[in-house]
Amino acid sequence: MKDLFRGELVRLTLVEPETGAKAAILWQRDSEFQRLLDNSPAQSNSEKKIREGFEKDAENGFKPERYVFSVRTLAEDRFIGFFSIWLDLIHSEAWVGLGIGAREDWSKGYGTDMMKLCQQYVFCELSLERLSLGLFAYNPRALRSYERCGFRLEGRTRMDTMREGNRVDSLWMGILREEWLQLQEGDGK
Amino acid sequence: MLDIQTQLFESQDLRLGPIDHEKDPEIESRWTHDSEFMRLMDTNPARPVSAAVIKKQYEKLEKQVEENKNLFHFMIRTKADERLIGKAAIQWIEWTNGNAFLRLGIGSADDRRKGYGAQALHLLLRFAFAELNLFRLSAIVPEYNEAAVALLHRFGFVQEVCRRSALERDGRRWDLYVFGLLRDEWQNGARAREE
Repeated sequence: MKDLFRGELVRLTLVEPETGAKAAILWQRDSEFQRLLDNSPAQSNSEKKIREGFEKDAENGFKPERYVFSVRTLAEDRFIGFFSIWLDLIHSEAWVGLGIGAREDWSKGYGTDMMKLCQQYVFCELSLERLSLGLFAYNPRALRSYERCGFRLEGRTRMDTMREGNRVDSLWMGILREEWLQLQEGDGK
Repeated sequence: MLDIQTQLFESQDLRLGPIDHEKDPEIESRWTHDSEFMRLMDTNPARPVSAAVIKKQYEKLEKQVEENKNLFHFMIRTKADERLIGKAAIQWIEWTNGNAFLRLGIGSADDRRKGYGAQALHLLLRFAFAELNLFRLSAIVPEYNEAAVALLHRFGFVQEVCRRSALERDGRRWDLYVFGLLRDEWQNGARAREE
């Protein structure tokens, strides 16, 4: 059987509210991080509020509509980020959102490794037909990573986000179960 | 010119207006017994809903409108006899981005294919762009809802996204489309129709 929680660079683990809040309070200082994650206005939340959010995630983590994982590096066992999966079991689809908080950890291959674990979880453990995600046109780093993971660009909602007075597109991506399975064969796994 | 004379909520045959908590639940409950309507309107599983539950949904909806400030909801009635024929909403409004999503349904099969959808959409677009001052409007439509796809194309919406095999119904997978219309496109289209 595959190890669902261990990739090449990172491992998936449970949500730890205390550790999570301590890290996230620093991550949110970086407005670029917030703007890459979401197109609602960047904001400052208290450590208490963030911790309560994580506590809720820890409790609700295995309700079927949403799963949240913390991500740690294999090398130093350092908490670097998270991903959430929102499920639509009726139509056998999931949406994923992932974040790596500190910019020192960007462009190190962690995101791609996280996404591969996420795909494996969605297709091998949750047995879903489709995995979807959205990102902003100003995030080419994420686009490259997702393309490497086999996601196809399925379209762009034109100018639906406003940043710094500019109109930018949102990109919509998806990968089907059969496409993912084919990729695994290609990797000789 | 500033056109405040043209009514926002009235077309030739229709009026957009509020919920009638007394009379509407019974009618909307009847619509929910039509699985085709439910599947055109929503990706959630279709099931008949009682008037009592619909009534509660209305209360929840009005609370949402008040608290979230990102939703405008309308009942669609015929002007002639005030008969409820459908419902519509501008929802998930992101004020900072000027984007929102459109919802529109004509409840009874007898009232479809009569141009009511087009009249209602005309009003909704004017409301979204000229009253809410949105920059764009989006609509999510399953591949099998051909009437909606045709209507959106007619009003200048562009099919921007094709979410492949995103829905499962009747034992097969269907694509889900995302359409978008920008304020400029709406303005130019309206001008072209007038000329």
